[in-house]
Amino acid sequence: MLRPLRQRSDLYREKPLATAWTIEGVKEALAAKKISARELLADFYRRIEARNPELNAYLALTPERARRQAERIDALVAAGGPLPPLAGVPMAIKDVISTRGTKTTCGSKILENYIPPYDATAVERLEAAGAVLLGKTNCDEFAMGSSNENSAYGPVKNPLAPDRVPGGSSGGSAAVVAAGLAVASLGTDTGGSIRQPGSFCGIPAMMGSYGRVSRYGLIAFASSLDRIGPLASKVRDVASVLEVIAGRDPLDSTSTTAPVPDYGAELGKPLKRPRLGVPKEYFAEGMDANVRKKIEAGIALFRKLGCELVDIRMPHTDFAIATYYIIATAEASSNLARYDGVRYGLRVPDDSLLAMYRKTRGAGFGPEVKRRIVLGTYVLSAGYYDAYYLKGQKVRTLIAEDFRDAFSKADAILTPTSPVPPFQLGERTSDPLQMYLADIYTVTGSLAGVPGISVPCGKIDGQLPVGLQIFGPPFGEARILQLAHAFEQAGGAEV
Amino acid sequence: MKISREDVLRVAELAYLDLSDTELETYRAQIDEILEYIGKLNELDTSKVEPMAQVLAEDQAADATLREDLLVPCDVAEDVLRHAPDPEPPYFRVPKVIER
Repeated sequence: MLRPLRQRSDLYREKPLATAWTIEGVKEALAAKKISARELLADFYRRIEARNPELNAYLALTPERARRQAERIDALVAAGGPLPPLAGVPMAIKDVISTRGTKTTCGSKILENYIPPYDATAVERLEAAGAVLLGKTNCDEFAMGSSNENSAYGPVKNPLAPDRVPGGSSGGSAAVVAAGLAVASLGTDTGGSIRQPGSFCGIPAMMGSYGRVSRYGLIAFASSLDRIGPLASKVRDVASVLEVIAGRDPLDSTSTTAPVPDYGAELGKPLKRPRLGVPKEYFAEGMDANVRKKIEAGIALFRKLGCELVDIRMPHTDFAIATYYIIATAEASSNLARYDGVRYGLRVPDDSLLAMYRKTRGAGFGPEVKRRIVLGTYVLSAGYYDAYYLKGQKVRTLIAEDFRDAFSKADAILTPTSPVPPFQLGERTSDPLQMYLADIYTVTGSLAGVPGISVPCGKIDGQLPVGLQIFGPPFGEARILQLAHAFEQAGGAEV
Repeated sequence: MKISREDVLRVAELAYLDLSDTELETYRAQIDEILEYIGKLNELDTSKVEPMAQVLAEDQAADATLREDLLVPCDVAEDVLRHAPDPEPPYFRVPKVIER
């Protein structure tokens, strides 16, 4: 019998390239002149060329911009001076984050040809810190989705299981890191869109507190919830990227003036017997049995690390999805009113201005975006505002109080990131409500504004990754990074 | 039924969103199911609860973070217009809205 032809992905499994680059590794290799920033860049573009057609994780590459930055870094190395914190580090940016002179589509047809005239603050800070930006990553349209299947440019495949989704909405940003096509990336998180794809692709992924990272240049979905944050293959790299992008920005009035700690230095400190809350409500029905097993093993590992585990109650957890889908869609319907075909993006011409608006929006937005605009407009409309939007805002208060109470009893909270492992492509697309319900463990922290990180917590049957989520109190990023790092170092990814 | 075909039409009109007949019925049914689910919030008595519009702590209140009102160069008009759907610098051109 003939052996079947090997697929390209098998070739990669057989002969892994040097995918184990970390930020520190890049800096050391550059400083020791083992590789130049330009050579490293070329190596990453070779890998992307080979693997991206299958994964569909990058929507656009920025070779000119990357080459100029790599040359700057090589000049710094040649001059023998100190290297900036992300010197030469190949990174990817989710396509809802503005990049000057480079198309930023938000995964939408309505912005297919949109070229921002400015950089997001987070992007500017990455480049100022020496990062080399490789390109823009695929995502659900306007970051609305949990599987990356709502992108107008096709779904992303999970590099660990090509028949599965990478999670969403930052599916591309998670996939490129997991596949070794970027050392780190930026995603955005409104209801779980960094943490859940991080979990599905088996890498650490973090959203800082609301206000920790400037949203300037992040194309808005739901402004009271949207956050930019890092994904990387190691917790230490997540910490390094967060440290660079965090901090006050005069261009975002909601960015906080709270000082940015040296997150890297915090990582190495020994744990001082922290109290970790395990909320009963996150372990109720609806969780996949295999996920449960891994999360329980993860919690046991924390106990072994000397943490004290305490049972806590967060009684409004079960109301979080309903609350989230009122508030997020209401804010989206307002934010997305700007796409009218006048100043940028798609225009479908008509003799009447209002008909031009209607046709442009009807043709430019995909199904999930339209559904959310209709729902969001409805919950804000006269006669329904009190019953839905105001009610949602009140329950949001109760959910935030759950977190406040929990942090009076615990230093951090442990939960699963997702109730299910990465699911099959197409498995959940026909039923929006079922897709929304899978966000149950992540939307709570989004509504409360607290920081959260997903850290790899074993793989089901050695193949499908599970993520454990750690919530911290507002501006407690250093604490949850330290816990995630200790977990990772103790073999959390293999539990 | 929580939401009718007429409701969806009215809302789509408010949002300036063209929907085909098929879209209209699909979204109506799906949104109906979502609103049904959202109805569970009525199990909670929120008569004494303050609504929450944003999460920022008190030291992040607007007056604590307002910046100086300074003029800074912002030389992007040309760039913005170059990528507009129908530019006529220094304007965006739109269909006629005022009848003579």
